[in-house]
Amino acid sequence: MFVTPAYGQEAAPEAEGAGSDVHAGTEVPHDAAHEGGFPPFDPATFPSQLLWLAITFGLFYLFMKRVIVPRMQGILETRSGRIAADLDQAAKLKEEADAAIAAYEQALAEARANANAIGQKARDEAKAEAEAARKEVEAGLEKKLAEAEERIAAIKASAMQDVGAIAETTAQAILERLVGKADKTAVAHAVKAAR
Amino acid sequence: MAADKVDPIHQFHINTIVDIPVGGYDFSFTNSSLFMVVAVLLAATFLYFSTAKGALVPSRAQSMAELTYEFVASMLRDAAGNQGMKFFPFVFTLFMFVLTANLLGLFPYFFTTTSHIIITFALAMLVIGIVIIYGFAKHGLRFLKLFVPSGVPLVLMPLVVAIEVVSFVSRPVSLSVRLFANMLAGHITLKVFAGFVVSLGAMGAAGMAGAVLPLAMAVALSALELLVAVLQAYVFAVLTCMYLNDAIHPSH
Repeated sequence: MFVTPAYGQEAAPEAEGAGSDVHAGTEVPHDAAHEGGFPPFDPATFPSQLLWLAITFGLFYLFMKRVIVPRMQGILETRSGRIAADLDQAAKLKEEADAAIAAYEQALAEARANANAIGQKARDEAKAEAEAARKEVEAGLEKKLAEAEERIAAIKASAMQDVGAIAETTAQAILERLVGKADKTAVAHAVKAAR
Repeated sequence: MAADKVDPIHQFHINTIVDIPVGGYDFSFTNSSLFMVVAVLLAATFLYFSTAKGALVPSRAQSMAELTYEFVASMLRDAAGNQGMKFFPFVFTLFMFVLTANLLGLFPYFFTTTSHIIITFALAMLVIGIVIIYGFAKHGLRFLKLFVPSGVPLVLMPLVVAIEVVSFVSRPVSLSVRLFANMLAGHITLKVFAGFVVSLGAMGAAGMAGAVLPLAMAVALSALELLVAVLQAYVFAVLTCMYLNDAIHPSH
């Protein structure tokens, strides 16, 4: 059933001896091997296996080298090139977008400064106007106040003049009722002295 | 016939399809050859048609092809640097070939070409051959610095050189045996468990009930084998990249 050690040893060195040409004398039990021996160690099958391996592997290698590998290299290069180009374009677009944003912000800042200036000017003007108006009104009021004080002073002076006369007549009337007669000149003197 | 069905070795038999004897050697077109042709045609057709449109935004199939390409390319670039990229078609071919062959082998009744040591050994020798030839062509005798690590005390040098030589020589063996043994062992295990299902199933109702266990096992093993098939293709390719790195930068 299984291979004998001797059989295995015979097969292995022959294989190591390189290849197909060494074992001329192994016509051996071709059929016997099929019946009993361990197939992987049957040297009778080696030439055929090596030949067909060489043919299939060789053709496969040529096909890979000539067709598949260049083609796949092409595909991958195209793709990485395309990706790089796309990234470049994206970077460019981003730069443009950044520039646009910067311009917009600058315009915005300018507009804001303008608005501030205009507002400030308007405020200043309004303040000046209000100030002027206030001063005018104050001046008017001041004038009116002065006039009023003058009038009061005049009224007071005239009232004071009248007070003497009234006091004299009143004192004279009181004296006449109390004592029957009154000296006009003495009363006037007395009133003047009391003031 | 029944014995054949449960014989786990049966699946590795090479059967001649077209007899081609040349000068005493048997170069027949066999089931192994057939599946190599099928694997190559399948991989080539897939890669050809999935990339045919070369779309900027890839379709699903094109995506798969591109992912495989990028996967192998980055594997090679990581291991061997940009100088290693000149070997890219070779590594990509190797990976696709082994991967397709491994995956095809998972189908019932399909032959697994990579379960034969001679195939994996030939591929490993191809890799090592390229490493040696390119190494000497590029660096001349300085390629031998590969076996002389710098910074090792002079006393230890003979020992270290001997170890380095042995490790270099064992590379094709380990590279080929790893793939071969993985595929072989996996397929045998799968077949054994599947065989249990058949044998138990023939024993009537009780046997049928008992067959559930090995059936579940076979299902789980199929999943494992799928993993192994992909993983071994990857391991083969990644080791190839590392060996190629030795050819490109021999002094380490």
